[in-house]
Amino acid sequence: MDKKSPKALLYLLPSLLFLGVFLVYPLIDVFVYSFEEGYNSASQTSFGTGLYNYSYVLHDPYFLQALKNTFILVIITVPLSTILSLVISLGLSSIKAVRNLFQTVYFLPYVTNTLAVGLVFMILFKPTAYSDGLVNLLINTFGGQSVDFISGPYWAKMFVLCFYTIWIVMPFKILILTSALASVNKDYYNAAKIDGTSKTRTFFRITLPMISPMIFYLVITGFIGAFKAYSDAVALFGTDLNTQGMNTIVGYVYDMLYGNSGGYPSYASAAAIILFAIVLTVTCINLIVSKKNVHY
Amino acid sequence: MKVTLENVTKKFPSRTKNSPDVIAVNKFDFEFPDGKLIALLGPSGCGKSTTLNLISGLLKATEGKVFFGDDDVTELAAEKRGVGLVFQNYALYPHLTVRQNILFPLQNLRGKDKMSKAEMNSKAEEIARLVQVDKLMERKPNELSGGQQQRVAIARALVKMPKVLLLDEPLSNLDARLRLQTREEIRRIQKETRITTVFVTHDQDEAMSISDMIVVMRDGVVQQTGLPQEVYDNPDNLFVAQFLGTPPISVFDGTVKDGSLYIGNDKVLDGVCADNANVTVGIRPEGYILKEDGALCCKLRTVEVMGRDISVVSSNDFAKSADIRSIISSENKVDTSKEYVRFNLRREKVFLFDKENGKRIRFCSEKGGVENNG
Repeated sequence: MDKKSPKALLYLLPSLLFLGVFLVYPLIDVFVYSFEEGYNSASQTSFGTGLYNYSYVLHDPYFLQALKNTFILVIITVPLSTILSLVISLGLSSIKAVRNLFQTVYFLPYVTNTLAVGLVFMILFKPTAYSDGLVNLLINTFGGQSVDFISGPYWAKMFVLCFYTIWIVMPFKILILTSALASVNKDYYNAAKIDGTSKTRTFFRITLPMISPMIFYLVITGFIGAFKAYSDAVALFGTDLNTQGMNTIVGYVYDMLYGNSGGYPSYASAAAIILFAIVLTVTCINLIVSKKNVHY
Repeated sequence: MKVTLENVTKKFPSRTKNSPDVIAVNKFDFEFPDGKLIALLGPSGCGKSTTLNLISGLLKATEGKVFFGDDDVTELAAEKRGVGLVFQNYALYPHLTVRQNILFPLQNLRGKDKMSKAEMNSKAEEIARLVQVDKLMERKPNELSGGQQQRVAIARALVKMPKVLLLDEPLSNLDARLRLQTREEIRRIQKETRITTVFVTHDQDEAMSISDMIVVMRDGVVQQTGLPQEVYDNPDNLFVAQFLGTPPISVFDGTVKDGSLYIGNDKVLDGVCADNANVTVGIRPEGYILKEDGALCCKLRTVEVMGRDISVVSSNDFAKSADIRSIISSENKVDTSKEYVRFNLRREKVFLFDKENGKRIRFCSEKGGVENNG
């Protein structure tokens, strides 16, 4: 069929319409708001246009804290969760007996309700009138001092947030990696075995390159997901993240719109555009790096 | 190095409790002679690939012993046996170049066998020249044709100078023309390296044309071993006779009566001193001589001209298949207007088999001596 036929366009129209209204238009809108000073969504008015919103956001200590938190979260959780998932998947694919049981266990967090997960973490970390939480009990048995993980020092809170994030993203990664490992043709391993290849060499020279597209996929989506983190922090530390010093960029955007100090769509838009720019840059770097290291 | 399999049996446990174990290879007892090209031949599911994997060490024998030369390698793991294996799908590492693929086994060498980079490279290039892929060294496997991939796979298997080279259905992924070419190539490479080579095939043509020896298998049991021509000329049983040869042997119900062989009412051969009994008669396509007053009368169906030869397709009420194909030289003229065609039979192309178990029944010559029982 002719590519320029109007009929083809007609078929595409429904999806184009939906994408345009709900995706493209808001995106452009956000971009416009971010340059409009003091935009008021009720009266649809603004004082003027310029870079003031960006300058405000970039000088806002809350935003800088959120930026720092997000970066720490990304840098720690993405590599760690990917490596851990890979190790667990390798383990899973080398056992036969209770493999299905383990696969189910590892996948449970994925299908568990977020609130239930939050409850589990409360039991683990939150101090109550009766105890300091399960983890502190453990620390105490080994003779350590209790640490307040929920409203205590920054590193403790960060640890809980990272722990939670890693735990919550791993099931999906394990699922993907186990199937990727299973799809590698056994003949490659047999060929390597015949040639007397050591286990480590087989892993780094055969297994890893073979599943590299999947790892790359997980890293990219992992980066994007971690940059967009918000609900996890809320589940752990409540909605007042700024006072806790545990806000994330998305959390900052939300607070600027609807939070207690909210009602500033312009600042929110500017922060959102900054996040967009960061994610875009990181993804581009990922793509460039992967071109050299990902096979096929 | 010669490879000996001594009463090797491989059982696979059944999946359910009540079904019996699967015996893939049953009491395989054979010595693969040194420096020869040997074909393991049989229909699919006959255990030939399993046998190959037992030699490679990827599978462990349930019973019996495997020897390389005089060394018992039965308990030795695959990586310590020093074999080269070419997989049916080649199993070339797709992310490595041809050069890296060929270098791969060399880079695994440790201890006293460890080579320097330069040594490895020259070795890889030498092998690449042997299999004629030396101009493709920097390409990835998916940029190669099937035949080229096949050669690279052979090069990878050969580069560490294995004691035994094993090829699993090496030609099955190639098209017809390439198959002919590659099998000659395998023959040449084997002759140049003089490495004992075992290859698995279900194609009797392939096995007959290039191997020094063939081993015919069925249901895990070795049926017959020997030189290709010998096995063809002198099959031990009906299965081997039917499996070898294109067009296939034609099979009839026959009777031996008073020293003569009858197919229906046609007395086709004299001097058959088997016991008076019903037998199965196999006649090779080239065993027919066209003759107007020939002994065997068949209903003429068509005549196919194939250049040098002509193939007469006929039928007979006592034949076990609908068509009987006989190959006769094209100097003969077949009158296609006639309804019947008559043949005399070449004695050495006619085999008798037991009706019950398919075993060969030798017939003796007119003089009473046993004729040609190999």
